Amino acid sequence: MKNIVILGAGTAGTIMANKLAAALDKTEWQITVVDQEEIHYYQPGFLFIPFGIYTREDVIKPKRDYLPPGVNLIMSKIEVIEPDRNRVKLENGKVLPYDFLIIATGSRIHPEETEGMLNGAWHKNIFDFYTLEGALKLANFLKYWEGGRMVLNIVEMPIKCPVAPLEFVFLADWWFTEQGIRDKVEIVFATPLPGAFTKPRASHFLGNFLEKKGIHLVPEFNIERVDSSKNKIISYDEKEIEYDLLVTIPTNMGDEVIARSGMGDDLNFVPTDKHTLQSSQFENVFVIGDATNLPSSKAGSVAHFQSEVLFENIMRAIEGRPLQPKFDGHANCFIESGFGKGILIDFNYDVEPLPGKFPLPGIGPFSLLEETKMNHWGKMMFRWMYWNLLLKGSELPIQAQMNLAGKRL
Amino acid sequence: MDVKQVQLDAEGFLVDYKEWNEELAKELAKEEGIEELTDRHWHVIRFMREEYEKTGQVPTIRRLKNAGGIPTKELYALFPNGPAKKAARIAGLPKPQGCV
Repeated sequence: MKNIVILGAGTAGTIMANKLAAALDKTEWQITVVDQEEIHYYQPGFLFIPFGIYTREDVIKPKRDYLPPGVNLIMSKIEVIEPDRNRVKLENGKVLPYDFLIIATGSRIHPEETEGMLNGAWHKNIFDFYTLEGALKLANFLKYWEGGRMVLNIVEMPIKCPVAPLEFVFLADWWFTEQGIRDKVEIVFATPLPGAFTKPRASHFLGNFLEKKGIHLVPEFNIERVDSSKNKIISYDEKEIEYDLLVTIPTNMGDEVIARSGMGDDLNFVPTDKHTLQSSQFENVFVIGDATNLPSSKAGSVAHFQSEVLFENIMRAIEGRPLQPKFDGHANCFIESGFGKGILIDFNYDVEPLPGKFPLPGIGPFSLLEETKMNHWGKMMFRWMYWNLLLKGSELPIQAQMNLAGKRL
Repeated sequence: MDVKQVQLDAEGFLVDYKEWNEELAKELAKEEGIEELTDRHWHVIRFMREEYEKTGQVPTIRRLKNAGGIPTKELYALFPNGPAKKAARIAGLPKPQGCV
């Protein structure tokens, strides 16, 4: 019996387990998935929780329900990966030998990386919304808030879902308007980037949106510390921003097991081939989703596009055929812009977001780099697709590789 | 070799990092508004070049802190307004990979 071990049953790990289980001969291959938590979180939904649009129940399901029969699921922490010996040691003492290893251990926020972030005001008037707990506590805070200065700060790049911070301030603008207190709230968007977003054309487009909505953009703000006694954040070059409410996107890092195993960079992301998704160091190790060090977005859509390339490459590796360098950095992101509308962007390593129609060129129904109601419905519908199609590894009507057709250059 | 003799890309970064020398670094530093390169500047520049030769990647600010022992605060003082980009340019390396 040969072994494929998948570390992590989040979006990427679950899709891979489903795809491989459907394709591999069960008498020949054992697929083992390791995770430490029973709950699968629909992470794109966390954004909606602070504004009371989603509740806890909308974003959680048991992981087991999404893994196919025949897959061996082990609930345990991982002690260390030993790629030189082709095995993984678990905290519960088990040792898992593997023929192929898929690392899908994701990324998490680390507020403790910023001095003063956890000094007493954490989850009092400083919140994250990248965890369910943070999003729920922020919802509770906002329910009773009467206004003041809300500062959203991105600590450093890269972060999971780089559009989420923008969506947060767009939704906040809408929500405070609905609550009748928009005139009492000042919204500040402080980012280490030179503009609203990473890609120039989208950055310009989204920057205009910030302006239209009366959201103050502070670019190139690199936070050094939080002074929670004076309610201000201070940058490395001594710029200061005062806040009444600080919504932070803390440093994102890969799993600690990557560091313990000596397999990561300074943020515990695993060096990975940009196009094949093979580990840069070990031939029989592959990496997918947020765990990679790739210059692609850390997002569910990316994990999904990667899964098609990785599935093909694992099958090739099993058969001893050369890998195909087919991952192009494709990302596809719905951006909630408030008041029941949304923006859609579609891009890859080389082509920045362009206007056009998606997924059917010239038809849509979605519009790229444009604000429409249909785009908003696309985003809301996506939750159903996520649970019912995407995680199960089903074919979606979107190609893994970015398509230039339907785009206006 | 001075700035006029080497090939720079559209954003002023050296095309071939091997064409770099200390005189060139001094000139690039002046263009970036740094009149004199101190020992600490040179420490950063040399570390960045060593890392680039070893890994093929321009080290991040976090890498400079963890492996180079250069506190981030000091880095901002040495290379004001965008130290990662500025130091990379003076060290003759490509523009640090933008994030996504």
